[in-house]
Amino acid sequence: MFRVLRDLLRYDGRFRFAFILLAAVVVMVLLSFVSPDDPNKTFVVAMDAPPSLEHLFGTSSRGQDIFWWLTFAVRNSLIMGVITAAISRVIAIIVGLTAGYQGGWLDRVLMSVNDSFVIMPLLPILILLGFLLRDMMNLFLLGVVLGFFGWPYDARLIRSQVLSLKERSFTRTAVYSGTNGFWITINEHLPFVLPIVFATTINNLLWSIGMEVTLSVMGLSDLTTPSIGTALFWANQHGALVAGVWWWIAAPALVAIILFLGLYLFFASINEYIDPRTRLRLIGG
Amino acid sequence: MRKFILRYLIPRFLQFLTITFVGITVTFIIPRLSPTDPVEAQISMMMARSETLDPQSIASMRAALTDMYGLSGSPVQQYFAFWGRLLRGDLGPSLANFPTPVSEMIGQAMPYTLSLLVTAVIISWIFGNLFGALSSYYPKNKALNVIEVLGQAVRPIPYYIVALVLLVVFAFFIPIFPFSGAYPIGTRPSWSIGFIWTYIKHSVLPVATLVLVGFGGWFIGMKSLTSNIISEDYVVYAEAAGLKGIKILNHYIMRNALLPQLTGLAMSLGAVFSGALIMEVVFGFPGLGMLTMAAVLRNDYSMIMGIAIYSIIGVAVAVFLMDLIYPLFDPRVRYQ
Amino acid sequence: MTLLGVQNLCAYYRTEIYGISRTVRAVDGVSFDLLPDEIYGVAGESSCGKTTLIKVISGNIKPPLKVNSGSINYHFGTYDVDMVHISQEELRRTVRWKEISYVMQGSMSVLNPVRKIIRTFEDIVDTHERITDKKKFLEKTREHINRLGLPTEILDSYPHQLSGGMRQRVAIALATVFQPSLIIADEPTTALDVVVQRGVLQMIKDIQALSNNTVLLVTHDMAVHANVADRVMIMYAGRIAEEAPTESIFNAPLHPYTQHLIRSLPTLGERSTKASLRGAPPNLANPPSGCRFHVRCPYVMDVCRTEVPDLVPVRENHRVACHLVKEASL
Repeated sequence: MFRVLRDLLRYDGRFRFAFILLAAVVVMVLLSFVSPDDPNKTFVVAMDAPPSLEHLFGTSSRGQDIFWWLTFAVRNSLIMGVITAAISRVIAIIVGLTAGYQGGWLDRVLMSVNDSFVIMPLLPILILLGFLLRDMMNLFLLGVVLGFFGWPYDARLIRSQVLSLKERSFTRTAVYSGTNGFWITINEHLPFVLPIVFATTINNLLWSIGMEVTLSVMGLSDLTTPSIGTALFWANQHGALVAGVWWWIAAPALVAIILFLGLYLFFASINEYIDPRTRLRLIGG
Repeated sequence: MRKFILRYLIPRFLQFLTITFVGITVTFIIPRLSPTDPVEAQISMMMARSETLDPQSIASMRAALTDMYGLSGSPVQQYFAFWGRLLRGDLGPSLANFPTPVSEMIGQAMPYTLSLLVTAVIISWIFGNLFGALSSYYPKNKALNVIEVLGQAVRPIPYYIVALVLLVVFAFFIPIFPFSGAYPIGTRPSWSIGFIWTYIKHSVLPVATLVLVGFGGWFIGMKSLTSNIISEDYVVYAEAAGLKGIKILNHYIMRNALLPQLTGLAMSLGAVFSGALIMEVVFGFPGLGMLTMAAVLRNDYSMIMGIAIYSIIGVAVAVFLMDLIYPLFDPRVRYQ
Repeated sequence: MTLLGVQNLCAYYRTEIYGISRTVRAVDGVSFDLLPDEIYGVAGESSCGKTTLIKVISGNIKPPLKVNSGSINYHFGTYDVDMVHISQEELRRTVRWKEISYVMQGSMSVLNPVRKIIRTFEDIVDTHERITDKKKFLEKTREHINRLGLPTEILDSYPHQLSGGMRQRVAIALATVFQPSLIIADEPTTALDVVVQRGVLQMIKDIQALSNNTVLLVTHDMAVHANVADRVMIMYAGRIAEEAPTESIFNAPLHPYTQHLIRSLPTLGERSTKASLRGAPPNLANPPSGCRFHVRCPYVMDVCRTEVPDLVPVRENHRVACHLVKEASL
């Protein structure tokens, strides 16, 4: 595991870049624990002050230091993303493994339902949900809800990996030598499935935080909890652009871009490293 | 031909039915699981609007609303009544614009959303695939490498933020494009050249956002597909036979790589649709997205419900249509 | 006058990724000649370098493969081609398919799945001789495949509608469209059942007899060589072990490796058990010193471990690279 990181750091420029971006994000999260400002208190500092040495990202029309507020935002968004990732991993693994191993009609039914979820436009449904749960919506609940919608793409990936593993000769050897099915899964197959699960987790994080930003901006989540989406929501509410308080919009957007770009490049580099076909392609260069 | 229908058409049609069924059922279940009772919420909202109502009117209102929302009877009865109304095309009246039917308002807004959607999807799919294939066939080309990096950089960013950046840069700082709307306030939509021109001007930014975000995805997908195909036997053979590079790219590589990309296109329609909705919110485009936003703001429950249902069916139909087109491109499916 | 002269060819794969670099010496010092109007067989087990040899000879040199040293010279009647230095464009215009054509390994998948067979013919013919008269082209193509025993209907089919054997024969038909001087057949009979194999081999023999060209036949299946080849070359670990007319190889093999190959072929009525060679084919990234076969050779001597044996003629038309044989013939 560390060797992978070391190799990537040393030889892949894109990974180095992603690492820097993600490190910045981690620093922000850590800083949230030592923030001098309480994100729930408004009108603490001078309003609408542009970025300066004292206020790194300036202050907002609600009298809050944007930088320290954003440290909480990043932390909360990430926590929500992790919740979604955890729940959807569990569901994806269960569905993927079951469909792959059982096969037959169960597999076909599961995959039919699975594809329906992939194709369905989720935003209208999530807006409906957000609308109905508005009063009790908080970031945690949003994470859970997204977790119940974020599994189908990955379940299919896991299933196809299981299918190809079933056919490999080492599986047949294990079966013929009498190993119990469950242990075959755990001992022989899991080492192949886990990297995929890991790679899809990052993808899932990207998706869920993206969804959170979108839903919050439309006002459909808990607007008192700092998150990247709610930051933009409040900025819009106070007409930040028109009022000339451009840093209120720019800062969360910038932080969001760093977070998403960092995660994505991280994901892409690891994916390329793991997949033997891309390696072959890189060698041929 | 009969075999084709059996082996291909019927499973695809069943899939269409499944999606519709699953989607509609989910849309049916969700509100019934929520703690808010839409009838009570509606009534309390009407009372908050300081409409004085006597208890009798409230009772009859409650009965009417319950019936209108399809909440009368047992859950099973509700379910069947739900499907009954759906099949008749009845999505109920909009609460904010009572008594205009939801379906009528959606019908008005739909063309705007469609125009954004179709344009953006076609442009990003065609160019994304084209450049992706080129980039893997000519890997050393500097221009293609730059395009790849740019595409990859934009791809993970949520639609909203990209839209925001584009809006700030091109409508605010360098005011080339209009700030919002599909046409200037006061203009009446028509088929005149003048109107079409300003419509296009207003559409550039939202379409551009959708294209930018989508382009990277198609690019990367096509590039990796093409790389795999390049090492396929029939491509190596074509090269060994001395065929010209362009011919190989066109007929051997692209024709084969586009097949899974067509399938991917169908799969991505739902996501792009969601993106289009957000575009409309940011750019004030009078399509389904704005309709949704307005509905949320005004607690128009039946409108939101109607839009959700409509989106699901719409996307399912689009996917089914794509499934029907696919055999035209893949002879392996045509002749079993 | 030889058709092809290969001298001291060395072609390596150089890979470098994530800090690990590796050089696989797939072809390491190969010299041989191809004569016109013969079927020349190349035999050897997997990863002995024969596929790389073919790639290099036919000009299909792409990174990470690179020709390190040596020469490959063709003499096509009126003009000569230096394969190592020719440009890809010139290769494509003058040599490919008109002088050298290819029947690939696993011809099941060499045909574009989304194109009808006739279109593939059209692509190839049009590239080298612009088709001006479409009707004439169709007629000539029909004649061509009929002559080779294939029904006309296949031209209108897609590859997935034909059986594996059919596709292989179509590939051979494609390879002979311009009557090239050299046809390289890479494992043309692998993955085919014996009946179809016979048909394919017969087709190859007939073509060669008809156009008097050269066929370079690469396969690990010694029975195929016995059936069709005039001369056979045995490769081991990137080097030539032995080269001789087919009869000599089968009746009087000199190199210990060849002897083992021949001995392992079953004959009618024989019931004894076959001994297998100890060890495994060498890793070409880190080949053994001296004679590369010394690790598995039952007659290994001290000199074999340190000195590379030269490929020397010990009889007429018969070359062997082995210290044992050299000593015996002295």
